[in-house]
Amino acid sequence: MTAATVPAQQRLTPQTARDWLIWGAITLLGAGALGVVALHRGEPVNALWIVTAALCTYLVAYRFYALFIAARVVRVDPARATPAVRRADGLDFVPTDRNVLFGHHFAAIAGAGPLVGPVLAAQMGYLPGTLWLLVGVVFAGAVQDLLILFCSTRRDARSLGDMIRTEMGRVPGTIALVGVLAIMVILLAVLALVVVKALADSPWGTFTVAATIPIALLMGLYGRFLRPGRIAEMSGIGFVLLMAAIMGGQQVAASPALAPLFTLTGPTLALALMAYGFIASVVPVWLLLAPRDYLSTFLKIGVIAGLALGILIVRPELQMPAVTHFVDGTGPAFAGALFPFLFITIACGAVSGFHALIASGTTPKMIATEGDLRFIGYGAMLTESFVAVMALIAACVLDPAVYFAMNAPSALIGTDVTSAAQAIAHWGFHIQPEALTQIARDVGEGTILSRAGGAPTLAVGMAHILSRVIGGPALMAFWYHFAILFEALFILTTVDAGTRVARFMIQDLLGSVIPAMRATEKLAPNLIATALAVGAWGWFLYQGVTDPLGGINTLWPLFGISNQMLAAIALTLATVILFRMKRQRYAWVTIAPTLWLLVCTLTAGWQKLFHPDPRIGFLSHADKFAQALAEGRLLAPARTPADMARIVFNDRVDAAVCAFFVVLVLAIVVYGVAVARRALASAQPTAQEAEGAHVVLV
Amino acid sequence: MSFWSRAVQTARLMVGVPDYDAYRAHRAAHHPGEPVLSRADFHRDRIARRYGTGTGAPPRCC
Repeated sequence: MTAATVPAQQRLTPQTARDWLIWGAITLLGAGALGVVALHRGEPVNALWIVTAALCTYLVAYRFYALFIAARVVRVDPARATPAVRRADGLDFVPTDRNVLFGHHFAAIAGAGPLVGPVLAAQMGYLPGTLWLLVGVVFAGAVQDLLILFCSTRRDARSLGDMIRTEMGRVPGTIALVGVLAIMVILLAVLALVVVKALADSPWGTFTVAATIPIALLMGLYGRFLRPGRIAEMSGIGFVLLMAAIMGGQQVAASPALAPLFTLTGPTLALALMAYGFIASVVPVWLLLAPRDYLSTFLKIGVIAGLALGILIVRPELQMPAVTHFVDGTGPAFAGALFPFLFITIACGAVSGFHALIASGTTPKMIATEGDLRFIGYGAMLTESFVAVMALIAACVLDPAVYFAMNAPSALIGTDVTSAAQAIAHWGFHIQPEALTQIARDVGEGTILSRAGGAPTLAVGMAHILSRVIGGPALMAFWYHFAILFEALFILTTVDAGTRVARFMIQDLLGSVIPAMRATEKLAPNLIATALAVGAWGWFLYQGVTDPLGGINTLWPLFGISNQMLAAIALTLATVILFRMKRQRYAWVTIAPTLWLLVCTLTAGWQKLFHPDPRIGFLSHADKFAQALAEGRLLAPARTPADMARIVFNDRVDAAVCAFFVVLVLAIVVYGVAVARRALASAQPTAQEAEGAHVVLV
Repeated sequence: MSFWSRAVQTARLMVGVPDYDAYRAHRAAHHPGEPVLSRADFHRDRIARRYGTGTGAPPRCC
């Protein structure tokens, strides 16, 4: 195309002196802010510097790099009819205003991941996490989201698995499907574990989260029979009741009669969650799942907006150092050195393979014109990255000693504030034991020690920020439990919906062997597949709850590895499609992030398998316990030889899962290279796009 | 489209419910005379689709 035929909004270089000035200023401001964040030492740095650096980076990346990908690499064609236009039915395929669709897409991609990962990564200081979030999203995460959305929009809104099958072959298609199911299981287990860690021994939190079930049932009945389709009314009623439940939780926690009923241990909560997950995914969706989904979606958007406002108003200073000595891999929240484990710990917010499923789900059915792809695909992912940056800020505004008290397992810091303060002092962070007790009292909990999993730390950080906007110290406990409720609510919605999705996948996979399993409307196959799904994630959850290293330490890296591997698979598909479109001269746009993800995930996978440190390597941990067992010794927390044997077995299963992911991603890459080479040899484009001008009557 | 109605549409689509008026307009324009779902049935249909079976059910993100 010559410059004359390129529409103004697709020109890569600024056209006027004013444009040059504006973009030059934004670039300089961002670079300056990034410089302050990176080079500032000693005095605490203000969080606004990180916010400024992030926003400027996003703006420049969106204006230049995203435009380059859309206009130059894949050459989006705003005049080409999209599936929403060609197949419009007013239901699934609806050409939708880009701002409205942005909300839909963002709500679908933003989950608990970007809130948990950065909080864990804060143990290495705020700088490594911030840099990876910015670089990762610009060059990997948002690129993946945009390109998969583009590919799916060009292919009648087909799913990721479908596209892999048609562009790369049946075998890689099936491999990818099995992989997605395995990732789903790990995801559900680790998210449920976050909830268990947040609610264990917390009657206030447990009561409020339990109260969401009757509240949702009430909303469901209201929306089904009394006022069908009145989402705002239902959600309003639900929200008021939720707030009442938070306040009621305080009374429950203070009541000697009621508090014990809601004071549950980790294993009990894990079993309760499994029972809940099973029941919730077999009852009608309008009764429980849909109303929960409304509440959690709107609460999520509200909280994200509230947190952004809170940070802007309070302008907190970061207490965490820029870089801590835990970059060497000895950190208490998760084990392993900066490379590769920081890049595994922060998956969502930088690059998340799960988004490839969303970007090839409902969103491409509603894209009105290819001109909107950059805004929806790249833009929504930048926004999610910003959510992750805010979570990182919320964790880093806490006193580092408090952060480590909350995120270190009791094996390292003991179970009382005195031993904890001592242990943390050894790491170089000083706090009075009474201060730890006081914070627990401020947030209305018995203790804040060893509350790993990210959610409680984020909740304390959010309470710290929000209580300075509204309510002061008096409302600290309210805000803490509000944040816990918000996280638990949408994690449980994910667990519920995810169990359903896993169930259908299991029915589909088993159905190819036993056709009767495919009958999704029949009760028996439904119950069997649901039990298999719950059993699978429940097994990992229970193992995590009883894990000597705290569970998160085991499962979160496994989740990070699998999620990043899914991203590598999606980017491999995008690379193959670029080759098949004969756009290979731009394929570095996807090859570079794919290689980076492969290097990170394969190194991390290798270390999780074979690292000699038992805190990192599954097999060396298994060996340590197996050897002790053979010598007749018991290692904490095992109390019996049977416990010991179970830990050894769990470690080996984790190792097998990890090895499985590694084999899976390698297989896809091998297929990808072969298909790309064939496409290179062909003189014609071989990409299987749906005909843009063709009108399909529905 | 006013800011408010756009905000309402955004909120509804976030939970998977597209615009009912647009649906009616589409049916009237492309399938005149054919039955149209009532508002309540439209809503039920969308709930079933969002959390229901098979490929239409959107996956959940982490």
